[in-house]
Amino acid sequence: MGRGCESGIMALDKTAVAHIAALARIRLSEAELEPLAVELSQILNWVEQLNEVDTAAVPPMASVAASALPMREDRVSDGNCREAILANAPHSARGFFAVPKVIE
Amino acid sequence: MRASLSALTELSLSEVRDRLARKEFSARELTECYIAALQAARPLNAFITETPERALAMAEAADRRRARGEARPLDGIPIAVKDLFCTKGVLTTAGSRILDGFEPPYESTVTEKLWQAGAVMLGKANLDEFAMGSSNATSYYGPVENPWRRRSESKAGDNRPLVPGGSSGGSAAAVAAHAALAATGTDTGGSIRQPASYCGIIGLKPTYGRCSRWGVVAYASSLDHPGPITRTVRDAAIMLRSMAGHDPKDSTSAPLPVPDYERALTGDIRGVRVGIPCEYRAPGMPDDIEALWQRGVEWLRQAGAVPVEIRLPHTKYALAAYYIIAPAEASSNLARYDGVRFGQRVEGGGVDEMYEQTRAAGFGAEVRRRVLIGTYVLSAGYYDAYYLKAQRVRTLVARDFTAAFEEVDAILAPTAPSAAFAIGENSGDPIAMYLNDAFTVPANLAGLPAISVPAGLSADGLPLGLQIIGRAFDEETVLRVGQVLETAAQFHHRPAFVAGET
Amino acid sequence: MLIEGGAGEWETVIGLEVHAQITAQAKLFSGAATRFGAEPNTQVSPVDAAFPGMLPVINRHCVEQAVKTGLGLDAEINLVSVFDRKNYFYPDLPAGYQISQYSQPIVGRGRVVLDMPDGSTREIGITRLHLEQDAGKSLHDQHPSHTYVDLNRAGVGLMEIVSEPDLRSAEEAGLYLRKLRSILRYLGTCDGNMEEGSLRCDANVSVRRPGHPYGTRCEIKNLNSVRYVMQAIDYEARRQIELIEEGGSVIQQTRLFDVERGITRTMRSKEEAHDYRYFPDPDLLPLVLDAGWVEELRARLPELPDAKKARFISILGLPPEDAGVLVAEKATAMYFEEAAAGRPDAKAAANWVTGDLFAALNRLGISIEQSPVSPAQLGALIDLIADGTISGRLAKDVFNEMVATGADPGAIVEQKGLRQLTDQTRIAATIDTVLAREADKVADYRAGREKLYGFFVGQIMRATQGKANPAIVNEILKKKLAP
Ligand SMILES: [Mg+2]
Ligand SMILES: [Zn+2]
Repeated sequence: MGRGCESGIMALDKTAVAHIAALARIRLSEAELEPLAVELSQILNWVEQLNEVDTAAVPPMASVAASALPMREDRVSDGNCREAILANAPHSARGFFAVPKVIE
Repeated sequence: MRASLSALTELSLSEVRDRLARKEFSARELTECYIAALQAARPLNAFITETPERALAMAEAADRRRARGEARPLDGIPIAVKDLFCTKGVLTTAGSRILDGFEPPYESTVTEKLWQAGAVMLGKANLDEFAMGSSNATSYYGPVENPWRRRSESKAGDNRPLVPGGSSGGSAAAVAAHAALAATGTDTGGSIRQPASYCGIIGLKPTYGRCSRWGVVAYASSLDHPGPITRTVRDAAIMLRSMAGHDPKDSTSAPLPVPDYERALTGDIRGVRVGIPCEYRAPGMPDDIEALWQRGVEWLRQAGAVPVEIRLPHTKYALAAYYIIAPAEASSNLARYDGVRFGQRVEGGGVDEMYEQTRAAGFGAEVRRRVLIGTYVLSAGYYDAYYLKAQRVRTLVARDFTAAFEEVDAILAPTAPSAAFAIGENSGDPIAMYLNDAFTVPANLAGLPAISVPAGLSADGLPLGLQIIGRAFDEETVLRVGQVLETAAQFHHRPAFVAGET
Repeated sequence: MLIEGGAGEWETVIGLEVHAQITAQAKLFSGAATRFGAEPNTQVSPVDAAFPGMLPVINRHCVEQAVKTGLGLDAEINLVSVFDRKNYFYPDLPAGYQISQYSQPIVGRGRVVLDMPDGSTREIGITRLHLEQDAGKSLHDQHPSHTYVDLNRAGVGLMEIVSEPDLRSAEEAGLYLRKLRSILRYLGTCDGNMEEGSLRCDANVSVRRPGHPYGTRCEIKNLNSVRYVMQAIDYEARRQIELIEEGGSVIQQTRLFDVERGITRTMRSKEEAHDYRYFPDPDLLPLVLDAGWVEELRARLPELPDAKKARFISILGLPPEDAGVLVAEKATAMYFEEAAAGRPDAKAAANWVTGDLFAALNRLGISIEQSPVSPAQLGALIDLIADGTISGRLAKDVFNEMVATGADPGAIVEQKGLRQLTDQTRIAATIDTVLAREADKVADYRAGREKLYGFFVGQIMRATQGKANPAIVNEILKKKLAP
């Protein structure tokens, strides 16, 4: 992991937290960055204990489900329910979802 | 003979089922009692939404079926539904502000199966926001109160309200307070078993793939397990039979037939080899839990089981692996809450501003924390070191169990390292809070069935659970051993608060 | 192909990423329909709109289509592949992630063979083909302050086909795209309709001095016609050369092609780099294919353009140019094969298809599937010429009549009395009449003006309304003109 394992060393600084928050699209105020950096660093320092485990020859496990991926037939069985799809939308117009204008 | 209506909420699900069958009372009468209980239990804040009209309509339909001789397995059984299960046309919040107002246009597979079996919906139970928590304190709809209180003579003057555990805290509190006959829960890191332990009731986490996840708001997809919360092991067996089954809409659902779990409850565990993993003897574990565990071993030995010391060497690392894998999956699962198609939106100038403000206002502190951790451990440069590492450790945890189950048929361990704590306690320190899941998380990583059974009281007079972990898809052994434990423990203590009692 | 810069020669290096919409009734992970042009949000299931608790289940047919395409690209089929989530926020991406395949795609290395204009061939490497979901559609021009989102396309199955950076010019890129589209259509795995967005292309373009290492590339996104692909590459290559020759350097970036102005420009992108946080989708298990099933698909694969072309040349004896033209489109090849079936002279059928038929279709502005002349009718026409019923010259008139009316050639011949005149006596009599009328020209001819031979033939044909069999006319005329 290349970062300090001893607790107290900051795995994440304010800039890093701001970057992650931007990736996750969560607005954080300047005042929230520092306490979050401390909290998240504590958690990351705590999980560093995994480095004690030798996993060199161990495959990663993404799921415990052992069966084969089930497949569906190519048949139209869903959709055609615009009312239901739009019913919960905070803003819809003319059959579309509406969001603030995206500038490309 | 006609039963006294006020006593109906005292009955277990199996008793109710049998007496409904004998027409000693109607589903409507029973449901009226439970609606009254639900209302009496409001101080616990166990429900986000109450659905009394729907309950009465469902109960009447059950009565009509019974009159026609077409009764179904759960006809007229009033239950609470964790508000993580989508219910068609009924507010479904996941305990989050961001889903406030959301009415799904579909019904989750598990609840649909329950309604098909005749169960009656009392309402939607409170929970930790997006099932992230061990105390039910992270709900946007406020904390749930545990119906239990510490014995007044314990810590002088400390009679603060306690957490019910989490995340299925509303479900557990409602069942423990007799405000529902049973409830659905979900268990991602212990969220069925830990609140069951804290509330003195039964919580069963089935094998991964046994109960469909379709229509259940996702927290961490590879770890989420729907399951029942009840007052007896038999009730859990009855509930599971109706909740379980292959679902072609869930690609991770197991294509296996569902056994009649009640028939597994033979009481006979002679020769069953029960593993006792020394790794669960964590430093700092309270003496009363250690003592209870030893008592549990004795009970099973007396019933003819063979206790065997086993090793689960990677147990210690399961929790850290969990707190990487679960937030990673959650960070992606929760990306859909963006204010575009459902739920709350905070308008902003541009679309990114809208996203950021919607999600900042919509997510509470714990959800934010996990989404940020999850985003970080998946991000460029950190994926291998955190996420892949955690997945490799998950393999080792699962292999530990595989090896153990070559020696034994079931494993006995404490459910949680403590009894219920006070609301507000532990809240400043996320890691201290995470440690509550230390004993439950391994079974989630390995996807194994596990049940928590109330086995005794703590020094403070609070319930403590023991859990039985079994082989994949062997819920029958888990239930059978669990019931022997239940019988031996004779846990007849009552919480301080029972709905309708004054 | 090299480009002459201000200071020496440059080579363009191009790799294409093609998104091909899989031909299927339903979406990749939901049961909603894929039909083009439906009312907004009418082909959307709660799965496509990423409602809470919704889960993906893969469409078997889409998997089959991807494997067939892999086989058609002569590629390795990976018996184990994995679906990953590609995480990013955009209003037309409902889940906040696209289900795609990242580290373990369903199809690995393959190749496409280009037929170069000089008759040679050139092999372009395929890096991979993976399955993924399409996004929805954002409409930015419907409202002054809002973007509208239509999720009909969200979740439609795509094959992303990535080429090696083996292409060296806009022309090669065009040839590659046309060839790829042809293969997809032969296989029936993508309709290749670029106007409807069934085939979209991203081009990675860089320039270098010949023999030097690759330069920095720019990616031009979402090109939706072969012409735009070629224009965009040409513009981008010249832009990069100019930039470097002026002492600047190319910055790796994503660019858009401005169709109006024929230029590429930087996409407005955020300062933060893309970080897609790929990880295996926990809602899906690895996709494991049965080797026997893959072999069954291989055995049932239709004949593809390269094999067909080779057969047309070796078995039917067509010249390579004709064969190439006939196999380029599956519909043309099918038409030709039906018209030529069971007839000894495949070349005649080829000539009719690539000559008169193409000209007629062009004039009418229709495709070969809409041709008023069926392949069986064209075959019948060829038979009428071969058995001497009509002359080649009259056949042109008959064909034009077929195009105009859709009638059978035999019926037209009978109705218009166009049957060829083969009666030697009648032809001889007609020749006698003509030669008697043109006695002075006959004398000139016999005196050495041999050019007049064609004149006599013309007069005889006119006298028989073109119906006289030219061979018989020649035979008798030569005898009669002999001194
Ligand atoms: Mg791409
Ligand atoms: Zn793509």
